Amino acid sequence: MATIEHAGVSAGRQGGTPTRSEIEDFLYLEAQLLDEWKLDEWLALFAEGATYDVPTTRADDDADSADQLFLVADDYARLQHRVRRLKKPGAHSEWPRSRTAHSISNVRIVEAEGDELLIRSVFVTYRAKNDVTDCYFGHHFHRIRVQADGLRILSKRSMLDMSSLRPHGRVSIIV
Amino acid sequence: MATAFEKHPTGTGWVVEDHDSFRVARTTFTDQDVLERERGGIFDRCWLYIGHESELPNPNDFVRRSVGGRDLIFNRDRKGDYHAFFNSCPHRGAAVVREDKGSSISFKCFYHGWSFNNNGAFATRFAAGTYPDDFNKDGCANLVSVPRLAGYAGFWFVNFDANAESLEDYLAGAKDFLQVVADHAADGMEIVGGIQEYSVRANWKLLVENSFDGYHAHETHSTYLEYLVDAIGGPAELFPSRGNISRAYDLGNGHAVIEGPAPWGRPVAQWIPAWGEDGREEIAAIYAELEKRLGKERAEQVAYGNRNLLIFPNLVINDIMAITVRTFYPEQPDYMNVNSWALAPKGEARHFRKRRLDNFLEFLGPGGFATPDDVEALESCQRSYRNRAAAGWNDISRGMLRDEPLADDEAQMRAFWREWDRRVAKAG
Ligand code: FES
Ligand SMILES: [Fe+2]
Repeated sequence: MATIEHAGVSAGRQGGTPTRSEIEDFLYLEAQLLDEWKLDEWLALFAEGATYDVPTTRADDDADSADQLFLVADDYARLQHRVRRLKKPGAHSEWPRSRTAHSISNVRIVEAEGDELLIRSVFVTYRAKNDVTDCYFGHHFHRIRVQADGLRILSKRSMLDMSSLRPHGRVSIIV
Repeated sequence: MATAFEKHPTGTGWVVEDHDSFRVARTTFTDQDVLERERGGIFDRCWLYIGHESELPNPNDFVRRSVGGRDLIFNRDRKGDYHAFFNSCPHRGAAVVREDKGSSISFKCFYHGWSFNNNGAFATRFAAGTYPDDFNKDGCANLVSVPRLAGYAGFWFVNFDANAESLEDYLAGAKDFLQVVADHAADGMEIVGGIQEYSVRANWKLLVENSFDGYHAHETHSTYLEYLVDAIGGPAELFPSRGNISRAYDLGNGHAVIEGPAPWGRPVAQWIPAWGEDGREEIAAIYAELEKRLGKERAEQVAYGNRNLLIFPNLVINDIMAITVRTFYPEQPDYMNVNSWALAPKGEARHFRKRRLDNFLEFLGPGGFATPDDVEALESCQRSYRNRAAAGWNDISRGMLRDEPLADDEAQMRAFWREWDRRVAKAG
């Protein structure tokens, strides 16, 4: 079973920039928690005050949610609600919940400054429900802080590289 | 059962009504034949939304749009005049514009290189003898214009029927509601960057109904309403003199609106505690400007009225916790493409714009806390229509006995369906 302790970078690690394989392990953990619908544990990977956003398809990597329409632009309060909501039967789109497979690759540390890292990765996420399978693909930017007790996500931005959300129709899962 | 109802003498037989009952056949959501008749009777004949004036702020600007099953260019020429062209090269048909938007004094086809001024006129010179000297004397080498293009209150529409009635006649009572939206800001409104382009595996008419369905909110959107209680930090400040009843209004020609008080904050101009004391002052200033410019009654309507407007057949303008402009077209009976935009006052302060877009995303769109559940409901209905041989009719009678229909009745949908029935019957 996935637990946070299995994150490659865990309590007691000693200084220095994590290696790429430590980062990969962390992203794989995130993916596994989402696939197992362990949403509280997933949320615990985020620092307080963290953000999660998904610009519209074909947006630029540096799109600004204060001046452009997004699909998701969660501050920490909305992110917490998103998790609470997804656990309720009233979140009809995800009840019964869909099956997902989050696949991560092409992981690169693109910036490292102090205890903060910017990670770029490529994702392919399958979602299946009602005998229909949709494939989301794109790239993530994770801004990650290295803490004594492990890594925390400060922000996650998921850039969808499909040309539109057709036929998916929704991003009711976390991609 | 269907047989208990009167068929409209001039109708399709798929919409049946009595003084207290109203049913629609589920085959209207599933049959290819019905879709063909909708294409001929509705999408080829009605005024269809192509874009907002703010998307073409300057001469030479263009956007590419898919409207009514056609690929169109909506643009302004060098003089600033508005045009709508079919995006097909007169030579062999390749798309002349392949970007989503831009600014250009001319268009050049990538296939063989024919060029066109942005007023559509053919603009390539050939070596003598290549074509007759009077080539294009009949205009055969110009871009083909959409037969009709007209705007109202900043919203532009096309019509593929050269003989269609004028846009203003067509819009009927909906004109005033387009004006209400345009009245939000002294300097005009603009489409915010970013389009939500998605699809729903359901018939397009299910989204028509859903877009102004006041009945489903509490059941379908409980998780949004629970969020709202936390997020707004206390009840929204309603305007007492407008009362607290939401009603439905038939605007003629199939257009309808539901309007009433809003339980959420409205960037124009209904304050909620979550926006703080500074926010209260900002909202008061917006309201004061509205009242000065529009008078008290109209200002109250703009600020405190929550509206879901349908312009027949498929333009939805929901002026709710934010403003969304949405169109959708059937690709197949059980599949539609949806485009949604956010509309906002021009030059809005950054933190206001952010507040507006947050409001939008909390509820609306493929990642919102509400729309995905609408999509789930629509797709569920569509899947279940496979039972239509035995379970063949939808009930749309709610509130028929009331003189003044409420927003959570279904009079607004009946207005749509009567017009649908009339037009599709004619296309038979
Ligand atoms: S198809 Fe456009 S130039 Fe030939
Ligand atoms: Fe809804």
